[in-house]
Amino acid sequence: MNRQRFLPRERFQSLIDQLKAAGYDVVGPQVRDHAIVFDALTKVEQLPIGITDEQAPGRYRLEKSESRRCFDWATGAQAIKPMTFVARETLWQSERLPGGGISFHDTLTETRPVAIIGVRACDLAALSIHDHHFMRGAHPDPQYSQRRQSLFLIAVHCMRSAATCFCTATGDGPQARSGYDLVLSELDTGFILEAHTGRGLDIVLQMETEAVTAEQTEQADAGILRAARQQHRTLPAGPLQEKLVSAVEHPHWQTLNDRCLSCGNCTAVCPTCFCQTHVDEISLDGQQASHVRQWESCFNPDHSHIHGIVIRSERSHRYRQWLTHKFGTWEEQFGRSGCVGCGRCITWCPVGIDVTGELAVLCKRNEP
Amino acid sequence: MNNPFMPHEAEVIARHEETADLFSIQLRLTDPVIQSQYRFAPGQFNMLYLPGMGEVPVSIVSDPDDIHIIDHTIRKVGSVTNNLGRLQVGDRLGLRGPYGRGWPVVEAEGTDLVIVTGGLGCAPSVSLIDYVLRCQARYGHVHIIQGVKHSNDFIWHARYDLWRQYPNVEVWLTADAGDALWPWHIGPVTQFFDQLDIDPQRTSVMMCGPEGMMKAVVQDMRQRAVPDKRIWFSMERNVQCAVGSCGRCQLGAKFVCKDGPVFNYDELAPYWGHKGA
Ligand SMILES: Cc1cc2nc3c(=O)[nH]c(=O)nc-3n(C[C@H](O)[C@H](O)[C@H](O)COP(=O)(O)OP(=O)(O)OC[C@H]3O[C@@H](n4cnc5c(N)ncnc54)[C@H](O)[C@@H]3O)c2cc1C
Ligand code: SF4
Ligand code: SF4
Repeated sequence: MNRQRFLPRERFQSLIDQLKAAGYDVVGPQVRDHAIVFDALTKVEQLPIGITDEQAPGRYRLEKSESRRCFDWATGAQAIKPMTFVARETLWQSERLPGGGISFHDTLTETRPVAIIGVRACDLAALSIHDHHFMRGAHPDPQYSQRRQSLFLIAVHCMRSAATCFCTATGDGPQARSGYDLVLSELDTGFILEAHTGRGLDIVLQMETEAVTAEQTEQADAGILRAARQQHRTLPAGPLQEKLVSAVEHPHWQTLNDRCLSCGNCTAVCPTCFCQTHVDEISLDGQQASHVRQWESCFNPDHSHIHGIVIRSERSHRYRQWLTHKFGTWEEQFGRSGCVGCGRCITWCPVGIDVTGELAVLCKRNEP
Repeated sequence: MNNPFMPHEAEVIARHEETADLFSIQLRLTDPVIQSQYRFAPGQFNMLYLPGMGEVPVSIVSDPDDIHIIDHTIRKVGSVTNNLGRLQVGDRLGLRGPYGRGWPVVEAEGTDLVIVTGGLGCAPSVSLIDYVLRCQARYGHVHIIQGVKHSNDFIWHARYDLWRQYPNVEVWLTADAGDALWPWHIGPVTQFFDQLDIDPQRTSVMMCGPEGMMKAVVQDMRQRAVPDKRIWFSMERNVQCAVGSCGRCQLGAKFVCKDGPVFNYDELAPYWGHKGA
């Protein structure tokens, strides 16, 4: 059978139903408090139908769109990062025993299989970076691995970019190319479904679908091309590690000392940021403690604290760390940039600092 | 799947007060199987855990060939280290490790060694020196240079007296400031370098201590044409996980916990000496 099938809009609910029947908890995008977030999904009507997002540096607004589409928006504040790298979770617990000993316990509990509908190309690229970070090292992360392995991913090709998107510059979108089970191309009349894994195909085969027409394929391709053409932000020619590291004393960092609030919003919304703090929390009776990991930001002075010293004591040091790591030294660590072009850090920066603009200035001097 | 973040139980076997704020503890993992499998190299570190307090990275100072005990020398600077200082013989704590890349004891074979330590009880250098002196035939001349802030800070007199007695070993001591009875030198550690008769092509330099001191040593040794790849130092950064996950110890592209804590100058040159790097 052709891997592509057409699902008319009226039958979109059958995808959710089929996933549920296959044993998955289904999660999808929906509007909450004027933003799009991922949450438990049972009905198609919960999706952001006829909603689009208007994004600009320091600005995010949801608006009504002319269409009835469910995915006619670009990105919410969070990608799917919180579903694999959880904002706060217990890594293990310790218990004081009567004789003075200490015992240690794993806290890993069974996770239910989860199907996520509406994963974007940038989010998939970020997930693949996190897979590398959390699962492929010498010490695979049990918590991350378990959640990751329970995911069934239904991607959606972007047919509309926000003004802040620049995934064409990083090479990660707007078309979702790998790392998913199923991918959707949304047309006005319905969805082209394409299975990329055996289990993805199993779901499609259970549903009542139609053959895809040449016209539908053309519409989908045109939509992806339109999204790509809507993007206007660019990046300096890479690789950038050498350029950024050698710009360590560039006077431009000082201007960031004055503009950046060090609020950490950019790191909180970035789908590839992985920094952590581990804290020990003791029970009221003092007999048990939970070792908790939570998200940390390199904009927090405590991030680089060692007794008596904060290494990155100035805001300019911290901004430099964020930008140099994300776009530069990440290349040595992961074999690619740490940026997937989602534009979230631009949108959610309260003062509208735009990484692409900063990079243009910082890398200019070093441009051949 | 093995949980890489979870400690094992360890017991305090002995403890020793070095100065008012420095102590040494000897530990043993209570599970004899885990203890017997525990191996480390000089320059590696452990994560020590106290329930309700947290975990801290500390260098291992004991003899890597002694498979029965694990020694640490710790300065009381904050909540975890102060409470580690209150532990008594028989008390339990958590331990996981060893972590990181230690000293280049194999790469440095056949060369003269200049081992420079600054500050009191610079733990990472102790196991290095003990190791080198035990395998002395593999190395040339060994210079041990110790700098302290004030002569009163100097500890481990006996250890230095012992090291001094080895053939081919020279010990150089200096303090930034000293009282009348201080028999050694006053001034920076670099003051001795002219007297060491350094052959840059067959010398390895290894150091630990305050970054300011290490910068001065690196600069001096590079001027003497010691190759960048043979100038080594142990770095300190915030460490939460010790396995390259938490991101806190990053120094440029390196993770201090797994790529270090021991680096050669060549590896860190792009980041070296820049405030806030
Ligand atoms: C590789 C390595 C080896 C070390 N070896 C030794 C040693 O042998 N002896 C010794 O006395 N000290 C050593 N230190 C320093 C020691 O880890 C800190 O003194 C200790 O973490 C301070 O914790 P605290 O809770 O007492 O202090 P606080 O100032 O209360 O620290 C709060 C928390 O900040 C973090 N933190 C603070 N300082 C450091 C630091 N320097 N490195 C990493 N995290 C830090 C810890 O998570 C700590 O729990 C080493 C550090 C590193 C990175
Ligand atoms: S750096 Fe900014 S644009 Fe790039 S992935 Fe992170 S949040 Fe998205
Ligand atoms: S760049 Fe913007 S979002 Fe990031 S810390 Fe600075 S002010 Fe906050």
